Parts: sequence; structure tokens; C-alpha cells
Amino acid sequence: MSTPILEARNITKYFADPVRVQVLRDISFGLGRGEFASIVGKSGCGKSTLLYILSTMDTDYEGTLLLDGAVMGGKTEAELARVRNEQIGFVFQFHYLLNEFSVLRNVMLPGQKLGRLSPQELEHRAYEKLRLLGIADEARKMPYQLSGGQKQRVAIARALINDPLIIMGDEPTGNLDKKNSGVVFDIFQELAQAHQQALLIVTHDPAFAAKTHRIIEMEDGRIMREASRPNS
Amino acid sequence: MTMPLLIDVALSLLRARGRQTLVAATGVTFSVTMFIALLSFMSGLNQMLDGLVLYRTPHVRLYNELKPASRQPIDRYTRHRRQHNFIRSIKPRRELPRIRNSAAVMAAIRRDPRVRGVAPKVQTQVFYNVGTLTLNGTISGIEVEQEAALFAFADYVVAGHYQGLRTVPNSIVLGKGAADLMLVGVGDVVQLTTSRGEQVQLKVVGLFQSGLLDIDKVQSYTSLATAQKLLGESNTYVTDLQVKLHDLAQAPAVAREYRRLYEVQALDIQTANAEFETGTFIRTLISYAVGITLLTVAGFGIYNILNMMIYEKMDTIAILKAVGFSGRDVRRVFLLVAAAIGVFGGVVGLLCGLSLSAVIGQLPFEATSLPAVHTYPIDYNPAFYLIGGVFSLATSLLAGYFPARKASRIDPVIIIRGK
Ligand SMILES: Nc1ncnc2c1ncn2[C@@H]1O[C@H](COP(=O)(O)OP(=O)(O)OP(=O)(O)O)[C@@H](O)[C@H]1O
Ligand SMILES: [Mg+2]
Repeated sequence: MSTPILEARNITKYFADPVRVQVLRDISFGLGRGEFASIVGKSGCGKSTLLYILSTMDTDYEGTLLLDGAVMGGKTEAELARVRNEQIGFVFQFHYLLNEFSVLRNVMLPGQKLGRLSPQELEHRAYEKLRLLGIADEARKMPYQLSGGQKQRVAIARALINDPLIIMGDEPTGNLDKKNSGVVFDIFQELAQAHQQALLIVTHDPAFAAKTHRIIEMEDGRIMREASRPNS
Repeated sequence: MTMPLLIDVALSLLRARGRQTLVAATGVTFSVTMFIALLSFMSGLNQMLDGLVLYRTPHVRLYNELKPASRQPIDRYTRHRRQHNFIRSIKPRRELPRIRNSAAVMAAIRRDPRVRGVAPKVQTQVFYNVGTLTLNGTISGIEVEQEAALFAFADYVVAGHYQGLRTVPNSIVLGKGAADLMLVGVGDVVQLTTSRGEQVQLKVVGLFQSGLLDIDKVQSYTSLATAQKLLGESNTYVTDLQVKLHDLAQAPAVAREYRRLYEVQALDIQTANAEFETGTFIRTLISYAVGITLLTVAGFGIYNILNMMIYEKMDTIAILKAVGFSGRDVRRVFLLVAAAIGVFGGVVGLLCGLSLSAVIGQLPFEATSLPAVHTYPIDYNPAFYLIGGVFSLATSLLAGYFPARKASRIDPVIIIRGK
């Protein structure tokens, strides 16, 4: 494993409301290129909290976070937004699409924000991602015209549009049935292997977790155990 | 360049809340419309009233008042003698007020490049004789051509023709009020008693109406020569010189200069009509105050819709931030929404304001004091449109600023966790 894409060093987080409680204790781990890791743990153990910190959305923590070797602490809000746009793809449990935009435009949005490709190239690329997820036919629809599973796949397509270094998901398959969940897993697997992107996925699904390269098990704000599966 | 994208996002937000947006924009439209119509109308009115005064009032009036000499003969005698004189109740010499050497003064003034024209005038008191009754009156001897050219005299002659003063000897243009009292019309002969006690008969060639009843009851006009004859004075006798300048603003300076140069009293229009300026100023102030109040209310409308939009679109804001839009981008999106409402409402408002003032400008408006005016006066001043446009945009941006700032500070984590 070369320099990790993502590295967390002693990440600690408190919530002050209503009483000061520590939700994350000294979390340290690294994630390399092409690595597909899952985070599991009981409800309330701090998985989502950790993911929000790692995705730079939450800046109120102690410890050090490095993305692609760069320290995130001390960056301005705008710089962090840029990092999220360029290097991180985030998939939420709930699809979170923009209802004002078509499926295609939703997928293109982070790409437009990045502004690296022409609209034509970007559209072409968005179609590619939608095809990868098997929903290219829905591109012209509005989000509310899709099923839950389809929406989730659109959200994943959106997370992929800028070819981020790392894709994070907070129970991205939580709302999907077994078949769709399998489809999403296969896509993630493909991304890790073929495109060498790192994946960090929070899941409650033991079967899903079992298939990933590495399982990070959390309990009460701490990493209890890490299990790596030999790369097959 | 993310601006086109931000505009796109802003427009889609607007579209999603089409009806409320329209209501907010209508508020702006309404206030801008009223602002434009009100100011155009008020300013038109002001200009008309100003015109009323400016047309008929000389910019500088030269005249002499009868005053006791400031240096009495005794002063000359006792100078350097270490003694004081106390003389009370000094009376001026009995003579008619006049401008001395008027022909030369007039010629000199005419050569002044700042001066557009100068008209001499002889003012005197008379009595109109109606049977055994006598009515008080004032008669002004004027140089007809000059008076018409500089002071729109013709506009106020409502019957007969002012040229009659020139062509008909011993003629008079009688005030309408006085004529009504004496039951005479054009072509009749009236009898006057001059201040010297002589009785004179003059032929009425026209009726004059200023619209101010008090003036119309006493004021009459005759030719300069006739007036001089009434007073038994020579043809150099002039009581007033009325000067019209090219630039009104120079009047006080010119008055000061002439006062010194020609040793006469000189009254400039600004001093003579000080309270008039105040009236104009207050009318303008009120129009602006009402207009700006309306715009402020419209601003609250925009503030409301934006706040509502932000509450409804929390999710959207959170996603935008999660996929890489900065707080600044989000703020810009909502400022664009506000600006769009302001620009759209403002432009429509400017057009409606133009049409409304055009409609007002068609309404009939008759006033006896304004014989040349038949519809409500409207001032189509581009400055009002500029101010209206700028203000509507400024109010919108101001109203949008705080909601937009709030949106930019939304923490996506809180929203996403809240699901
Ligand atoms: N805003 C907050 N203020 C105070 N405490 C909070 C806040 N948000 C979360 N917590 C607490 O922090 C802990 C971790 O929450 P977190 O959402 O990270 O759990 P999780 O592991 O994602 O759980 P789940 O599997 O149910 O999603 C919980 O005990 C929760 O009550
Ligand atoms: Mg969670």
C-alpha cells in the first residue's frame, strides 16, 4: 500500500449539547488506493459522525485528517467545498436528489461545479455513469418519477461524476432490496478494482460488509477491530 | 466560472416556487409603478408651477424705493467736528420712484452676455371709475413686444388681443376681475382717475387673467407711453427694469452686481420666491418618501419569500454544499434569486409606471390660472426611471442579503442527520 488516500489520526469528537459527551475517541486509520472498506457497528456508536468528519462537512473535531496527503484542518470553508467537489463522492442513506433538476442534471451538477469539462463532454460522461448503474433510460425523468432504488443509483452516479479519489457512503444500500443491494455492491467493487478508487461504506448489512476487503468495527466511538480479507 | 451554473440553480429554485415568486415580484412592480407615476406627476406639477412663476417673474427686478437720503446735509456740515446730530422723522423728498438714466442702464444691461432680455415697466396706482364708485387699481405700462417675448404675456390675455396696446392709442388690457366689476368688455371705454387726479378715458382692447382673483381685480396693462402720459412724465420715466437671464441660477449674483453698479434696488427671483422653492422641495420630498416606503414594503415581500424558500429548500442547500458548493456559492444563488425578483418586478414596474403616467397625462385638467394647460402635467424624466430601477434592485439585494447569508451558513450535517 502506497501513501493512503485518506488518513485519520487520533480523531476525537465531542457533542456539547445537551451535555458534553464524547462520541469519537482517538480514531486512527488509513485507506489506500483501490481499497474497499466497510464500517460496521451498533446504532449510535458514531459511524455517521465519523463519516461526516472524514468527508470534510464537519470541521468541529480534534485530531488530524489527511486527504491525498494534504491536511484538512485549517482549510477555509471554500477550500473544503472544493475538496468535496473534486476528491470525494458522498452517497447518503436517503438519496437526496435535487427535485428541481432532471436526473441527468442531478448527475452533472458536481461536474458543472468543477467546471473542468464542456457541457457536452459532461453530459456524455453523465450518461456513461448512468449506464454503469443501469438507469440510462431514466436520464430525462425528474427524480420524483423514479423508484427508491433508482434514485439511490442516481445518487451514486452523481457521486462518481468527478472521478473522486474516495467514495463514502452512509448506508447507501439501507433502503434497497437484496437484489439492488447486490447491484450496488458490484458497482463499488468494480470502482475499487478497475478505477482504483477508495471506498468507505457504512453498513448495517453483515453480508455486504463481509464481501468488502476490510471491515472496520466500531463500538462506542472507538475502532474495536479491523479485519482484512485477503485480496482474492 | 461557476456563475452560469449558479444562475441556473437560482432560476430553477424560482421556477419551483413560481407563484410566491410572482407575488413578491408583483410587490416590486407595484411599488416601482407607483414610484414612477408619483414622481412623474409631482415633478410635472412642480415644473408647471415653477413655470408659472418663472415665466412671469423677472429673474432680476431693478427698481427704486423712496427712501430718505442716507446722508443728510447736516452730516456733511458736521463731519470732522466732534459733534453728533440727532434728527428724527426724516421724510423723503416728494418725488415719484424712478430709475434714473433708465435708457443708458437698459442699454448697458442689454449688452451683458448673461442677459436674455430686459423689459422696462412703469407702475402706478389708479382708480377705476364705475359710475360714482371708484375702485382701486394698479396699471402697468409695458413695452408690449418685450413683455410678450420674455413673460408670455399673450398667454394671459383671454379676450381681445394684446397687440391692441400697440396699435390702438390710449388703450388698456383690463384685468378680468375688474372688467367683470365694471361690466365692460373688449371695445368698451373705461374711465380712470390717475394719481395726479386727472380723469382719463381708455379703450379696452383685451382682458387679462392671471388666475389669481386678487390680482385680476386690480391689475391692468397699458403701453409704456400711455402710462408715462398718465403720470405726466417724459418718455424716459421707468419704474422697473425686468431682466431675464439665460441661466436662472446666476440671478442672485447678477442682482448684487447691478445693485452696486446702477445704484438701484435689485431683487433676484430666488429671494422673491423663497417660500415657493420650499413648496417644490417639500412636494418632491414627499414623493420620494412615499416611493421609497413602497419599495421598502416590497423589500419585505422579497425577504419573506426568500426566507420561506430557504426553509423549504434546506435539503437542496445541504446537497449543494455536500457536493462541493461553498457557502459563498449558496449565498450567491439566493442573492441571484432576490435580484431576479427585483429586476423582473422592477422592469415590469418601470413599464407600468410609464404607462400609468401616460394615462394620467391624458386626463383633462383645466385651471384658469393655467390657460396653456389642458391635461395633467407629467415629467418624463429618465432620472426617475434610473432611480426606480436602481432602488428596486438595491432593495431586493438588501432584502435578499440576510436570508442568503442564513442559507450560506446552513450546516449540511445537521440537515442530513435530521432525515
Ligand atoms: N447533534 C448532536 N448533538 C448531540 N449528540 C449527538 C448529535 N448527533 C449525534 N449525537 C449522538 O452521537 C452519537 C453517534 O451518532 P451517529 O449518528 O454517529 O451514530 P451512528 O453510528 O451513525 O448510528 P446509526 O447506525 O443509528 O446511524 C449518538 O449517541 C447520538 O445520540
Ligand atoms: Mg448513522
